[in-house]
Amino acid sequence: MDIVVPIKQVPETSNVKMDPKTGTMIRDGVETVVNPLDLFAIETALRLKEAHGGTVTALSMGPKGAEKALREAIAMGCDGGVLVSDRAFAGSDSWATSYTLSQAIRQMGRFDLIVAGERATDGDTGQVGPGIAAWLDLPLATYVAAITRVDPDEGRLTVERLVEEGYQVLELPLPALLTVVKEIAAPRLPMLRGKKRAKAAEVPLYTAATMDLEPAFLGLKGSPTRVVKVATPKVTRGGTVVQAKDAEAVAGAVDRLLAFLDARDLLPHDGAPAGGAAAEQAGGRP
Amino acid sequence: MSFVWTLAEQHEGRLKGVSFELLGRGRALADALDTKLASVVIGDGVDAAQLEALVHRGADEVYAIQDPRLASFTCETYSNLLVHLIKTYQPSVLLAAATSTGRTLMPHVAVRVHTGLTADCTELAIEPGTGQLLQTRPAIGGNIMATIKTPDHRPQMATVRPKSSRPLPADPTRVGKVIAVPLDDFLVDDRVRVTGYRRDALDFVNLEEAEVVVAGGRGMKKAEHFDLLRDLADAWGGAVGATRDAVDRGWLGYPHQVGLSGKTISPRLYIGAGISGAIQHLAGIKTSDTIVSINSDPDASLHKVADFGIVGDLFDVLRELRRRLQERREEGPS
Ligand SMILES: Cc1cc2nc3c(=O)[nH]c(=O)nc-3n(C[C@H](O)[C@H](O)[C@H](O)COP(=O)(O)OP(=O)(O)OC[C@H]3O[C@@H](n4cnc5c(N)ncnc54)[C@H](O)[C@@H]3O)c2cc1C
Ligand SMILES: Nc1ncnc2c1ncn2[C@@H]1O[C@H](COP(=O)(O)O)[C@@H](O)[C@H]1O
Repeated sequence: MDIVVPIKQVPETSNVKMDPKTGTMIRDGVETVVNPLDLFAIETALRLKEAHGGTVTALSMGPKGAEKALREAIAMGCDGGVLVSDRAFAGSDSWATSYTLSQAIRQMGRFDLIVAGERATDGDTGQVGPGIAAWLDLPLATYVAAITRVDPDEGRLTVERLVEEGYQVLELPLPALLTVVKEIAAPRLPMLRGKKRAKAAEVPLYTAATMDLEPAFLGLKGSPTRVVKVATPKVTRGGTVVQAKDAEAVAGAVDRLLAFLDARDLLPHDGAPAGGAAAEQAGGRP
Repeated sequence: MSFVWTLAEQHEGRLKGVSFELLGRGRALADALDTKLASVVIGDGVDAAQLEALVHRGADEVYAIQDPRLASFTCETYSNLLVHLIKTYQPSVLLAAATSTGRTLMPHVAVRVHTGLTADCTELAIEPGTGQLLQTRPAIGGNIMATIKTPDHRPQMATVRPKSSRPLPADPTRVGKVIAVPLDDFLVDDRVRVTGYRRDALDFVNLEEAEVVVAGGRGMKKAEHFDLLRDLADAWGGAVGATRDAVDRGWLGYPHQVGLSGKTISPRLYIGAGISGAIQHLAGIKTSDTIVSINSDPDASLHKVADFGIVGDLFDVLRELRRRLQERREEGPS
């Protein structure tokens, strides 16, 4: 099975800084990593390859530095990486990103499966995976928590999607696109051998000039959305903090908590959950 | 026509609560634009009373497309249908819930109709003067609030976080049109087959739609201790959440995980016990209405974002809280 894994390079989450003027992230001097949720996609692809043969190719669109993410993916066991990078792609929203990536995938050639992350921890939209599926008209399963059956000869997969009601069980034909959640598999660490291979690997570069692209669909100009304002929400809520060191203090603290909840109408209402399904059905909720 | 549309969601013939929340949002936008609000129902077996309830909660029109082939969500057919409806009626705004369905369907449709989509909005407004939709969402783990517009493409599409607003009260005197739209065969794509649902009896939890979430972290010390949280959650009809640390230790299943690599929730009340409040956990809870923190460490980050914090041993505090809630229940309503 030949698998493509789109991965994004993102800033390490714990120290994100924003430029208050432009509303964009300050990327200089910030440690970057492979989007942590994409590691589950890489792991999923590697396990499928181990069980059924084939290749795994990581694909990333971003600044030249995103090559580092691809080498990390190769160190984990991917066979290769493709970097999609050009000034013309800067400022792409999820619409333009999924267009550009889908054109890169077409150019990469034949594949059986695309496995993407559920969402990127910086943009945090989760839109690029379904967007690529739409561009390439591939059957789509999002939030995949388990692949329970693979039939490579028939070219079919059975997967379980984590949805609000439990797990939806789906059967889909290949080629297809999956986005996966953490539950699917614990990502492996790169091994020394992999790191050596990663260092030596050739990472092909796709640019606007080498790709077949509609210029009007690229970058900021090709993005239907515009960020018009960025604000930093208050981080602290200035809440009350009470001490509960001994039994007496615990009782007092719980007293105050109950009074606090009561004032916000958050105490459980006799039997019925606060504004839950029952209230909804009865049609009464202020 | 410049309609505002909301996408109603159903499961096994029952409309989900979030469908009504969306109508509340949509009503405000439609009023600001002086246009009509329509709710689109895609599914099977949603009865007339429920469709009428959409009118009572704010819709002027309800488009109901019901067919056994639409009973379970599959992106391909739902997307064909929605794209078809958009091209036919050309709404100016389309809102869906930021649920597993909305977050799958909407980006697929946005690509196909060539328009922008803003994920996971918590605020929506109409810009005075231009009449454009201002879509505000938390980004980068809730560190910023970004406001986004779709200036030149229509419809302006957004997914909205469940529980980020309340539904309007039902007004049985409201009148509106319920229009049944047939599903044309050419829209059905049967490549993907839903064969059923597997429900994990022990571990099933609908965190995103819970009004109250009681969550535990490493401070809970043991899987068995989560019974304490379950009791409390039950008092509210709520759900139990967990940090990654608690999930990684196997105390609860992944569906309970809240945060960056788990679920993002906006309940009315979040209670966190034995949770330090790491930035990755906060990313999932920042838009909760009310946050209560119980932690023995006075410097725990969760205390800093809490509306009410208790510095103390969580076991003492939770047991006392459980006892007091039980007492209240036995006394009955005052
Ligand atoms: C890429 C990435 C993604 C991540 N995604 C997530 C995510 O989705 N969700 C998530 O939660 N985390 C996530 N994390 C992990 C996160 O950084 C923290 O490690 C985790 O949230 C800590 O969990 P905790 O609060 O349960 O544990 P700890 O940080 O160990 O906190 C335990 C707390 O319990 C308190 N405590 C102990 N005993 C008691 C007692 N008897 N009474 C009262 N208080 C007590 C302690 O004071 C302490 O504050 C992610 C990390 C990374 C790097
Ligand atoms: N620039 C990119 N390059 C490669 N893959 C990407 C890129 N952006 C997003 N993706 C993929 O799409 C998923 C969802 O990203 P997002 O829609 O940005 O939240 C990620 O987990 C990646 O698998």
